Amino acid sequence: MGGLFSALGSLWAWIGYVFDPLCGPVGIFTWLGQSTILACGDTGWGDEIAAGLKVTVGVALVTLPIGLLIGFLVALGQQSEEKSVRLAAGIYTTIFRGLPELLTLFIIYYGMQILIQSVLAWVGYDGRVEINAFFSGVIALSVVFSAYCSEVLLSAFRAIPKGQYEAGDALGLHRGRTMLLIILPQLIRVALPGLVNLWMILLKDTSYVSIIGLADVLRQTGVAVKVTKEAFLFYTLACGIYLGLAIISSFGLRYIERWARRSEIRR
Amino acid sequence: MSHADVLIPPQPAPKNLEKPMTLARFTGCVVVGLWIVLAVALVAMIITGWDIEKFTRYGPRYLHGLMTTITLVAVSVVCGAVLSLPLAFARMSKNKIIGGLAFAYVYVFRGTPLLAQLFLIYYGLGQFRPQLEAVGLWWFFRDAWYCGLFSMTINTAAYQAEILRGAIESVPRGQHEAAASLGIHKAIAFRKIVLPQALIVALRPYGNEIILLIKGSAVVAIITILDLMGETRYAFSRTFDYQTYLWAAIFYLAMVEALRHLWDWIERRLTRHLKR
Repeated sequence: MGGLFSALGSLWAWIGYVFDPLCGPVGIFTWLGQSTILACGDTGWGDEIAAGLKVTVGVALVTLPIGLLIGFLVALGQQSEEKSVRLAAGIYTTIFRGLPELLTLFIIYYGMQILIQSVLAWVGYDGRVEINAFFSGVIALSVVFSAYCSEVLLSAFRAIPKGQYEAGDALGLHRGRTMLLIILPQLIRVALPGLVNLWMILLKDTSYVSIIGLADVLRQTGVAVKVTKEAFLFYTLACGIYLGLAIISSFGLRYIERWARRSEIRR
Repeated sequence: MSHADVLIPPQPAPKNLEKPMTLARFTGCVVVGLWIVLAVALVAMIITGWDIEKFTRYGPRYLHGLMTTITLVAVSVVCGAVLSLPLAFARMSKNKIIGGLAFAYVYVFRGTPLLAQLFLIYYGLGQFRPQLEAVGLWWFFRDAWYCGLFSMTINTAAYQAEILRGAIESVPRGQHEAAASLGIHKAIAFRKIVLPQALIVALRPYGNEIILLIKGSAVVAIITILDLMGETRYAFSRTFDYQTYLWAAIFYLAMVEALRHLWDWIERRLTRHLKR
């Protein structure tokens, strides 16, 4: 069993190496920056920045499904017939759209630490608790993402005519089936431009996790700056990496948008 | 002829039908209860942790930080608006080079995080100290306050240029043509006919942009500016009191909500003539 896990681990490491856009076999730094300060390995900062890129992309990719799920539930709550559900969802979006992302991050990072510590102290364990920065970063970002996402989804829900629900009822579909088979496919198509926008904002917001100590692109370049004093070069590189991520994802998202619209094209 | 000879005896009022406890209702009550518990905990935390010494020491600092944040946002919004006007025109220009340059500017500043731009300007340009001293601009880029202001301005200029461009392009072509057929000069037509219509379209995005900028301004605390977030971090580093962040949250929420309601009122007022 242990052998299997180590094999899987090394396979994963190999995949991570081969598809690394900065330090992989076809990476930018491998080809262009071999003898410079950006070289991969012990002589340069290329591999550190490449590791930071993985963290940045990882945070964004882990946040996305969580944020979408919470946002979907909150949007459902906001158009519920129950007053209390609407109220609860409204408070959620008001708070998390009004707070700065940085403050949300701090509140969740320190708040969870205090909460867990006090719960443990109540149980009888007195020790210092360090909470995982990745975990709390993902939670804070997905909370903020979901608050905005719920607004996008809510306006998309309003764009779907009531007759669609009634048609589902007329076919004798269960409410869950109506949602899954009739509403969701149309919802995705309407909400996609707004969600694309939110993904771009999320990519930029991941830079905040560097402040609570997670080793993302900005943190790694900051460390490099402290050692080498080449601030302009490294921060330009960081900006360039974020820009590259935005450009790549805009190409990918254009493809997805075309895919979502494939039924409309021939009209 | 038939007539009723027995009156129906008075009946008790129909029973109030109790709403059934559905899952949605139950969840809603639980979540609202959770929010109430959180609010009570917040108030309790403030009351039990109340310390008059901390209040007198950090209260004025918070107000000062609030003023710093408001000044920073106000100045950068105004400067960004001034800068965005030529940028929006460059973006709409038929000249491919000018249009391309403006597009590149907007794309770069909208595609990179404000935090990275701030580091690039504050730390990155600090590397060119001799050159900046030679030009006589070192006093500007030496100061964290000016650097924060500068990066927020050029950042919001990119966003505002896009808002403005979208709004101007949303004005129908017929309006330009009508003005031309009346013999109105292009500049006057733009100022008196196109711009008023465009600004009404742009009102809501502008409000959103200011709110985003208020939230984004928290970032300048990282380069040692003592705005609301900076004062909060200072107070937290001295007291290790979790309340400090909660107070900042209350201030930010109040600011954003006040602006949102003010903007709603302005919009209602300015679009009176469009209501049917």
